Amino acid sequence: MKKFTKTLTCVIAASAFATVAVADEDAKLIINDELKIETNVAASADSPLDELFSGWVFRSNETQLMQMDDFDNPSFIFVEQAEEQFAKVDGTEGKACATCHEDVASFKGLRTVLPRHNASTGKLDTMATLINDCRTDRMGAEPWKFSKGKMTSMKALISLQSRGMPMNVAVDGGAAEAFEKGKELYYTRVGQLDMSCANCHEDNYGNMIRADHLSQGQTNGFPTYRLKNAKLNSIQGRFKGCMKNIRATPYKEGSDEFTALELYVASRGNGLIVESPSVRN
Amino acid sequence: MLLRSLVAVTAALISTSALAEGTAPDAVAFGEDGQVMASLTNVAGDPAAGKKYFTNRKLGNCLACHVNDDASEQSFHGEVGPELNGAGSRWDEAQLRGLVVNSKKTFEDSIMPSFYRAKNGARTMEKFAGKTILSAQQVEDVVAYLITLKEE
Ligand code: HEC
Ligand code: HEC
Ligand code: HEC
Repeated sequence: MKKFTKTLTCVIAASAFATVAVADEDAKLIINDELKIETNVAASADSPLDELFSGWVFRSNETQLMQMDDFDNPSFIFVEQAEEQFAKVDGTEGKACATCHEDVASFKGLRTVLPRHNASTGKLDTMATLINDCRTDRMGAEPWKFSKGKMTSMKALISLQSRGMPMNVAVDGGAAEAFEKGKELYYTRVGQLDMSCANCHEDNYGNMIRADHLSQGQTNGFPTYRLKNAKLNSIQGRFKGCMKNIRATPYKEGSDEFTALELYVASRGNGLIVESPSVRN
Repeated sequence: MLLRSLVAVTAALISTSALAEGTAPDAVAFGEDGQVMASLTNVAGDPAAGKKYFTNRKLGNCLACHVNDDASEQSFHGEVGPELNGAGSRWDEAQLRGLVVNSKKTFEDSIMPSFYRAKNGARTMEKFAGKTILSAQQVEDVVAYLITLKEE
């Protein structure tokens, strides 16, 4: 018997994709009957992907529909909570976010460039670290835990200001090192099941893995309301889940590893439209 | 076929000293094309038990990636790998055993997990570290089941 190479799976993957995703590919994401979001965009020349797809494309009709109206999207319960929190005084300095950031709309565009290299700290800023910096350094308040409700809700509110804008993280200059590190992590096989992110999200997107329709594992929809756990989920929280599923010990949220991976994964989706807060299963 | 009978003879010879734990994962011998001639346990596989391990999400979870019409009572068959209908006609026992033990010996860089290998990916969770996904006898049972998947 011959040794088979990757081509076999490629052929199978290609044909399966053609039959499975066609129906979904036709669906158009229009939010509140007015905001049209392109869910399939061209990839840049140096992208490992031929074209980019939002994870929304691969979800069932019911899940897709929930994201098409903010009244049906359960994320908005949390967005409202964050709006209240934004105006609430907290910490020893007697300040609210709104004391300094008059209008949350001033964060328009921020979501598209995060994570972002910070020249003064030499590290990557994520939305979580930016929020916590304000809490600890400017408000005299306790930092929020990375995947706890208050943090993901505030991220949803701030990310929403960029809804409809294309992702555009920088990977050169000070970010280059983290980009390389993130890329290495993306292609490293981990866990007892011995798989890399790429095995599922690059080689097999469009295929069913048991009951799940595999997407490209893009981050343009985060935070994401998941029907599975009925709450908002962070990007790094999702990475954790994927690693656990293949029986690998996840990195910690906020670790250098996961932040580098977040940058790398975001860069694979540069050009995809921010649709936060999204709905997934 | 010569191969089969050879295996049978060897198996018969050592069956008296059947290994309770089975061949250690590191000691499994692979042929050039990734096949494993010798039974891991010298205890004949049980196809009915094999089907259970095949479908069990915590064990083989083979349906995550494969369609198998013989298990059509189970919902959700994945499509990451080829359909397994007729696999028992396409492959001989040694090749099927090799595929289940360590698919990478047959298909370079396969996404398919290696079900009987001591060392797997980096950062394997502590509770699974150094452990195989299937036991030696479970591998034999799954192989016995795969053999029953004949071309119509
Ligand atoms: C005492 C004033 C003050 C308070 C209170 C404050 N911030 Fe800030 N915040 C700043 C300043 C100053 C910056 C840095 C300058 C800038 O980029 O706007 C900043 C930056 C940020 C940024 C990054 C903006 C960017 O474009 O890089 C975010 C996000 C942010 N704050 C969120 C919050 C949130 C959420 C709260 C409440 C939990 C909060 N801030 C409370 C003053 C404040
Ligand atoms: C065994 C296959 C598998 C592996 C390996 C895997 N994932 Fe996933 N991942 C899934 C499945 C299934 C989902 C849910 C359906 C979907 O969106 O693909 C998912 C979802 C995601 C999502 C959410 C996408 C969205 O639109 O909401 C992200 C982001 C993601 N994965 C990133 C990763 C990263 C990073 C890695 C590597 C650390 C990884 N995944 C490894 C199977 C996998
Ligand atoms: C994560 C996905 C995945 C899982 C889980 C998986 N396989 Fe596979 N399997 C594959 C892929 C992909 C191939 C095709 C070879 C390749 O290109 O890697 C394959 C090939 C095979 C083949 C050869 C198919 C043929 O007829 O050409 C057999 C037999 C097989 N697998 C059996 C199993 C059994 C038994 C299990 C469970 C114990 C299993 N697989 C679990 C992905 C998987």
